Amino acid sequence: MSLTTAHSVVAPSANSKRIAGTIIVLYALISIVPLLWIFATSFKTPPDSIAYPPKILFQPSLEGYCNLFTTRTRQTPDYINSLGPATGFCDETTRKRNMVIAGPSNFLPRFVNSLIIAFGSTFCAVFLGTLSAYGFSRFKVPLADDLLFFILSTRFMPPIAVAIPIYLMYRELGLSDTALGMILLYTAVNVSLAVWLLKGFIDEIPREYEEAAMIDGYTRLQAFWRTVLPQATTGIAATAIFCLIFAWNEYAFAALLTSGTAQTAPPFIPTIIGEGGQDWPAVAAGTTIFLVPILVFTILLRKQLLRGITFGAVRK
Amino acid sequence: MLNRTAENVARATPEPLARKVRGISDKGLAWLFISPTILLLLAINIFPLFWAIYLSFTNYRANRPNEVVKNLGFANYQRILGDKDIWIAMQTTAHFVFWTILLQTLIGFTLAWLIDRKFRGHAFWTTLILVPMMLSPAVVGNFWRFLYEPQIGLFAYAISFFTRIPPTDIQMLSNVSLAPWSIIIVDTWMWTPYVMLICLAGLRSIPEYIYEAAEVDRASNWRQFWSITLPMALPFIMLAVLFRGIENFKMFDMVNLLTGGGPGSTTEVASITLKRQAFESWRTGYSSAFAIILFVAVFGLANIYVKALNKVKQR
Repeated sequence: MSLTTAHSVVAPSANSKRIAGTIIVLYALISIVPLLWIFATSFKTPPDSIAYPPKILFQPSLEGYCNLFTTRTRQTPDYINSLGPATGFCDETTRKRNMVIAGPSNFLPRFVNSLIIAFGSTFCAVFLGTLSAYGFSRFKVPLADDLLFFILSTRFMPPIAVAIPIYLMYRELGLSDTALGMILLYTAVNVSLAVWLLKGFIDEIPREYEEAAMIDGYTRLQAFWRTVLPQATTGIAATAIFCLIFAWNEYAFAALLTSGTAQTAPPFIPTIIGEGGQDWPAVAAGTTIFLVPILVFTILLRKQLLRGITFGAVRK
Repeated sequence: MLNRTAENVARATPEPLARKVRGISDKGLAWLFISPTILLLLAINIFPLFWAIYLSFTNYRANRPNEVVKNLGFANYQRILGDKDIWIAMQTTAHFVFWTILLQTLIGFTLAWLIDRKFRGHAFWTTLILVPMMLSPAVVGNFWRFLYEPQIGLFAYAISFFTRIPPTDIQMLSNVSLAPWSIIIVDTWMWTPYVMLICLAGLRSIPEYIYEAAEVDRASNWRQFWSITLPMALPFIMLAVLFRGIENFKMFDMVNLLTGGGPGSTTEVASITLKRQAFESWRTGYSSAFAIILFVAVFGLANIYVKALNKVKQR
C-alpha cells in the first residue's frame, strides 16, 4: 500500500504539502490562543489580568487559585494588623489586598457534584447501553429500526423544551436539585449515544465466538459475559468517555434544574465574582481545573473521536 | 449455521440439560436487555413530552400551582404563530444557524482538504485543532466574555492592533450589530473542527484509483476537484451540516452566557425566548406550546434532511 502511494502519480507534491502544512499549523496555533489565554490568566494577579495592553509577560501568581477556593471580606488595615501572623500563602496574599479569608468557596462542592453526577450517569448509561446494544445487535427485535430511531430521536429535543416538564415532574417527585435527579436525566440523554455507539462496536465482534462458547455448554448469558464483553472493552471504554464528557460539559439542564446542593461546575463557574465584577483570574483558574481532565481524555480518544461525534455513523 | 447446530444439540439432550444450554430464551433475553433502556426513556423523555403536550393546551403557570387550570384549546398555538416577537426570535435563530453552518463548512472542508495532503506531523496538528470542540461550550463561552471586553480583552486588542480602530470602540457584546457576530465567531471557533473531522473521513474514503484514472485521462486538478473530490465527499459534508444544524437550532448555553439574548433582544434565539417565557415569566402553558412547535420543526427538518442524505448516498 505504502509502495503504491509513494510512486503514485496523484501523491501531492512537496510544495503543496509545505503550503498545506503552514496553513494548518497557523490555524492550529491561532485557534489554541484562547485556551492558552485561559491558562495564562489563571496565573495572573487581578490587576495584571485587566491591564491594558493585555500582558503577555507577567509575574506568575497563585492568587487566582486562592480566590477560587475561598471567599474573602474587606477589613480595615488596623484589624488585619491586629491578627496573628499569616497562615500560608493564600492568607498572606489576601491580607495584602486588605482582605481576610472568610471561608471556603462553593467551588469544591460544585466540582465534587460534577464528578458524582458525571460518573454516576456514565456508569448507568453505559450499563443500560451495553445491554440494549447487545440485544439489538444479536437478536431479531420486532421494530428494531423504529426503536433505534426512537432512542436517537430523544436527542433532537431542545434541552429547554425538555426541561419544562422535567422541572414540574421533579418538583412533584422531590427530585429537584438532587444529584439523583441529574444522574437520571443525564443517563436518559446519554443512553441514546451509548446504544448507537456500542451497537456498532458489538456488530464488529464475530458471532462465531459466542456460538462456539454456547456449543461448549455456556448459556447465552454466560457467553455474553465471558466472550462478548471482554472483546468489547475498547468500545465500552470509548463510549464511557464520550458519555462522561457530555455529562461533564452539560450546562442547560444544570443551570435550569439545579440551584444549590446539586449544582455542577458549569453553571457555577460563570458566577464567580470578586469586588467590582467578575474575578477573571479565579474564573480562569476554575476553568483550567475544569478543562484539564477533558484535554487528557481527548488525547486518549483521538482515534475514536469521529465515531463518537457522529453516533457511530462514520467509522474510519 | 452454528446457531442451528446449537439448537439441534439442545433439542437432542434431555430437557433439564437443554434448558441449561439455552438458558433464558433468546427472545426473553432480548427484551430483558432492551426494556430497561426503553423504560428509562419513556419515563424521562416520553412521559414529560406528553405532559408538555397537555400543558400546551392550558394556561398553567408553574409558579402558581394552586390556581385552577383552564383548558384553552389551541389558543396558545394561535398566539405563538401570530406573535411578532416569536418570529423575530426564529429569524435570529435562522441567521445564526445559516452563518455558523456556512462558515464552519467552508473553513472545515478547506482544513480537511489541506490536512489530506498528509504533510509531516499532520496527526499532531489535527489533534491540536480538535481540542476546542471537546470542551464545555458554557465554560469556554463564558471565558470569551473576557476576551471580548472592549479594552482589556485580547480579541479587541488584536483587532485594534491590525485595524487601528481604538480598542474601546470594539464593543463586541454590547453593540447591536456586532453582538450576533460575536456568538457566530465563538461557535465557529469551537465547532469548525467537528466539520473538519467528518470531512476528513469523507476525503479519505475516496479510493486512490479514481484519481489515477483521472490522471490517465489528463483531467486537470480543478476538474478532479469538482467531479471527484467534492461529489464523493458530499454525503459526509451533509452529515456534518445535519448534526451542526440540529445542535445550533437548539443552541442555548453559549448565547445565554455571552449575551443572554441581549443587547435588547438582538441575539435572542429560540431557546432563549423559551427560557425567558418558561422560567422567567413562568408562562408554562404558553412556553410548552412553543417547545412543541420547535420540536416538531426540528423533527420535520431532520426527517427531510435524512431523506435527502440517503438520496445523495445512493447516487
